[in-house]
Amino acid sequence: MLHLAAALDQPSVHDADPYVALARLAEHGGLDFVTLDDTFARPGPDALSVLSRIAPTTGRIGLVPTVTTTHTEPFHVQAAVATLDWVSRGRAGWRIEVSRTEGEARLFGRRHSAPADALWQEADEVADVAARLWDSWEDDAEIRDEATGRFIDRDKLHHVDFTGSAFSVRGPSIVPRPPQGHPVRVIDATDGPARRTAGRHADVALVRAASSAQATAVRDQLRRYAAESGRDPDELRVLASLVVDLGDGEYAAEPGHGGGGPRPTAWGPLYRGGPVDLAELITSWYQEGTVDGFHLVPTEPRRDLERLVNGTVALLQHRGLFRTFYPGSTLREHLGLARPANQYAGETS
Amino acid sequence: MTRRMHLAAHFPGVNNTTVWADPRSRSQIEFSSFEHLARTAERGLFDFFFLAEGLRLREHKGRVHDLDVVGRPESLTVLNALAAVTDRLGLAATVNATFNEPYELARRLATSDHLSGGRAAWNVVTSSDAFTGENFRRGGYLDRADRYSRAAEFVATARELWDSWTPDGVPRPFAHRGRHFDIAGEFGLPRSPQGHPVVIQAGDSDEGREFAASTADVVFTRHSSLEEGRAFSADVKRRLARYGRTPADLKIMPGVGVVLGDTAAEAREKAAVIRRQQTSPQTAILTLEQIWGVDLSSYDPDGPLPDIDPVAEPSLTRGRTRRGDTVAIAEKWRALSREKGLSIRQTVIEAGGRQSFVGTPAAVAAEMEEFVRQDAADGFILVPHLTPGGLDEFVDQVVPLLQERGVFRTEYRGTTLRSHLGLSEPPRLPLSSAP
Repeated sequence: MLHLAAALDQPSVHDADPYVALARLAEHGGLDFVTLDDTFARPGPDALSVLSRIAPTTGRIGLVPTVTTTHTEPFHVQAAVATLDWVSRGRAGWRIEVSRTEGEARLFGRRHSAPADALWQEADEVADVAARLWDSWEDDAEIRDEATGRFIDRDKLHHVDFTGSAFSVRGPSIVPRPPQGHPVRVIDATDGPARRTAGRHADVALVRAASSAQATAVRDQLRRYAAESGRDPDELRVLASLVVDLGDGEYAAEPGHGGGGPRPTAWGPLYRGGPVDLAELITSWYQEGTVDGFHLVPTEPRRDLERLVNGTVALLQHRGLFRTFYPGSTLREHLGLARPANQYAGETS
Repeated sequence: MTRRMHLAAHFPGVNNTTVWADPRSRSQIEFSSFEHLARTAERGLFDFFFLAEGLRLREHKGRVHDLDVVGRPESLTVLNALAAVTDRLGLAATVNATFNEPYELARRLATSDHLSGGRAAWNVVTSSDAFTGENFRRGGYLDRADRYSRAAEFVATARELWDSWTPDGVPRPFAHRGRHFDIAGEFGLPRSPQGHPVVIQAGDSDEGREFAASTADVVFTRHSSLEEGRAFSADVKRRLARYGRTPADLKIMPGVGVVLGDTAAEAREKAAVIRRQQTSPQTAILTLEQIWGVDLSSYDPDGPLPDIDPVAEPSLTRGRTRRGDTVAIAEKWRALSREKGLSIRQTVIEAGGRQSFVGTPAAVAAEMEEFVRQDAADGFILVPHLTPGGLDEFVDQVVPLLQERGVFRTEYRGTTLRSHLGLSEPPRLPLSSAP
């Protein structure tokens, strides 16, 4: 089944209502998840906070904020993502990103910027320790045993004792294991240094590709990396990430766009045209086996998302390529991903 | 003029006052529990809803403490979600100033204030605990004096960031260079709907009181007997003038329990049952071990106190502070036990009792009013012992009586937490100089 996601990014919006409206629209279209990007480098609200605010106003759609790993505390990050999973009842994701610039480093004053390889090495460690901390509570740790006076069985809580290159964490987490076991991890794997981390840790990889061939090449590499790190490559969903401008009527206004495929721009591959031709493009890439789905970033959020849901999605549903209702309730279920086993289960603390 | 009382609700969680064994006790982690308690607080027109924090699970004798509620969600994330299911209720998060950085936390708090339309509050706590530090990049810890100086600079820096945009919404560069932080750039958000999130301070040391007087909008205290409350209030409010502030600028709100009954005797009996539930035989022994510093597992909780003296063993319990001279505490407890003929468990219950309002709804309303009238408090943070229904009775039975007495609001007048608390919007700091 085809997977679809959309970005909710709206420059200079700090209030809740515009985000709520877009998320509900995306949920109305049955999309797997919405993303909200984040960086310390430019103005805008904290993405995880915004999606937490949205959680009770939606019922099914996955919520995937970007949370960076370079200047943040891994322990806080995993606790916040786990909590988003609790407040959304199993709909949380986490788009893992790094902070590259010296400007971001100056906001913290703790260290200088570093090369991308080193930043992704650290992000890899943060993803690793987060998974360990989510597993540091076994699912059935809470026992409320009145006879012995114990609220938890502490043999089912585990120290993680993680030592990385830039931080260490003792554990266990303060937050019990989240509903999905592990919230869904999303990594933009377009840039080389991010790909190994995506292969090792991502449930969903985003690839900004302007052609079907380019997307296929990255997808093959990601699947190989996943296999090399001992994972089943079929447990990795690869979505093509496109900027979409649907302002030009039903069909592509400019020959060569729309059905002809996106063109590269500074913001990533841009599709400009109508919702019908976008459905054509999605159908053809998907049927060629290029990708598992699409992550669409509207240039004018309200207008484009409305056209996406009522035009493109409706057409894909009509063709039987996309769901018309959510059969499950968690983001993992939408993506067809299993709930991960606990790496500590059965061990004595 | 009648003084108005402020009320807040604490979500009961990781402490031994939470009675998880009661059949009415539900999940301590699922959102529905938080939603129920917050909606009840808003139905009762409370000023705010308050969440505590703990950054490492407590340990006793080298193992995770297992007798009380363990685990909780991350505060700010839950409160952002609660902003969607409430309209007026203030939302207060406890967040540590030792294991966070000003830019990131100021941004998260400002985001919460924007998303909630001006209802965010930050309870500033600090840690001098290497045990907690083992979960963080910093790794080590700060000594006592440093942690308050870092916290004060942290709050001051956050305020510089919150004020760094021009009134017409243009980001201006900031630069802060101090003893603890050397940072510069542009903040991510304009000034928030109530100017700055409300700042709450908890902690009773001399440094804590000074910090509160210089910086806080609300003090969360444990001083809850009338005399202690009056002394604490007078002391903290006296310190305000030094910082150019007036007593109206700082609200003192002790944390209190409330037990209601149809008669005074029934309420007293219920209170005794709750305190017994809060102190299981295992909890009684563990409490004793925290003071004695040795393994006392062979002692009978229904038997007499140990006649051995405490040893200095501060690491027996980690992640919870127990202050004071343990030998003196042991001496006092043994005297109490001898005088009243109490067992270990009974002594722990008797000695550990916190001030609660116990009685009929009318008596409790009258007593609460008396505290406020006599300047022992500006209001209260209610700490129920049950999740999530622990406030239902209070809101249904006591709030209407407080309203009849004219000491509590009958509707929210404003939309921001500052307006509920009668605090004015903080003046905008002069724009900081560009680097």
